[in-house]
Amino acid sequence: MSDFGVVFAIGIGTYLIRLSFIGIVGDRTMPDWALVPLRFVAPAVLAALVAPAVLLHEGVLTVGPATNPRAIAALVALLIAWKTKNVGVVIAAGMVTVWALQAIF
Amino acid sequence: MPHDPSVRRTAFIEGARAFAPLIIAVIPFGLVFGIVAAGSDVGPWLGGAASVIIFAGAAQLATLQLIDAGAAGAVVIATALVINARHLMYSAALAPAFREFPRAARVALPYLLTDQAFAISIVQFDRVEEPVYRRWYFTGAGLGLWVTWQISTVTGIVVGAQVPASWSLDFAIPLMFVILLVPTVKGRPELIAAAVGAGIAVAAADAPYGLGLMIGAVSGIVAGVVALRAMR
Repeated sequence: MSDFGVVFAIGIGTYLIRLSFIGIVGDRTMPDWALVPLRFVAPAVLAALVAPAVLLHEGVLTVGPATNPRAIAALVALLIAWKTKNVGVVIAAGMVTVWALQAIF
Repeated sequence: MPHDPSVRRTAFIEGARAFAPLIIAVIPFGLVFGIVAAGSDVGPWLGGAASVIIFAGAAQLATLQLIDAGAAGAVVIATALVINARHLMYSAALAPAFREFPRAARVALPYLLTDQAFAISIVQFDRVEEPVYRRWYFTGAGLGLWVTWQISTVTGIVVGAQVPASWSLDFAIPLMFVILLVPTVKGRPELIAAAVGAGIAVAAADAPYGLGLMIGAVSGIVAGVVALRAMR
């Protein structure tokens, strides 16, 4: 499938999800069996997106400052994101940490 | 009152104003998406089009990451739609208010339904019941985000074309996910969902077709549900 096909399919699917109760299912409350898992979609998916991207370097689990500066930078960003909601500060802290570690090691 | 055009204008402006403070938080996401898209396999044109076609930041960033990692198309689509599944909750919560809207608005406005437009509107819908006001308030908030998102994406694409790969700007994508992740961990079940999702995604990173993320995410969701049951 072409990259455009993928993006287009995601666009259509996302629109249908947004339309779901408003335009298709109608004015009904969501059953618990659907509501409870939805509550965990965001934390589970986001953590699953972050972890491999920062903990693996060329497919190998490593967290050393020389072998994988991204792991340490992500930890720094996580701690800062926990304390502040300022997006720019978190991004800057993470990027500066990566650049600093890359320069040192 | 419903046919008074000033109600529409007032509602639209109030919706857009309610969104305004969030501009600061949205711009970096659009910039990062644009910058990374410009240098990725997706490229500047499809990257820019994705902001119009998909119009959902986290799903767009994940799509970039997965396509660049060589994941199978079907897996990229399924993963992005799982990320966007939260909009089911928003759609369900807004359905009673939208039932009062004209058909064209019920078809068109869900396109503008985002985390931000939902959060802003659901609060105001509690205060004002007038359907015309509600429709234009939602439109103001939704379009405010849409315009901000498109401008910041295009800016990012233009900037991204100038940035050398040695700056590691692709690392900004996981940083964005960290920023989105932190506020979702509201309690112990969410923490367990996140920890299991992270651990399994790392363990399953070599899974075929780029399925590792999906395997991790589903494991995390199941773990969260189990943890919640165990706590009750």
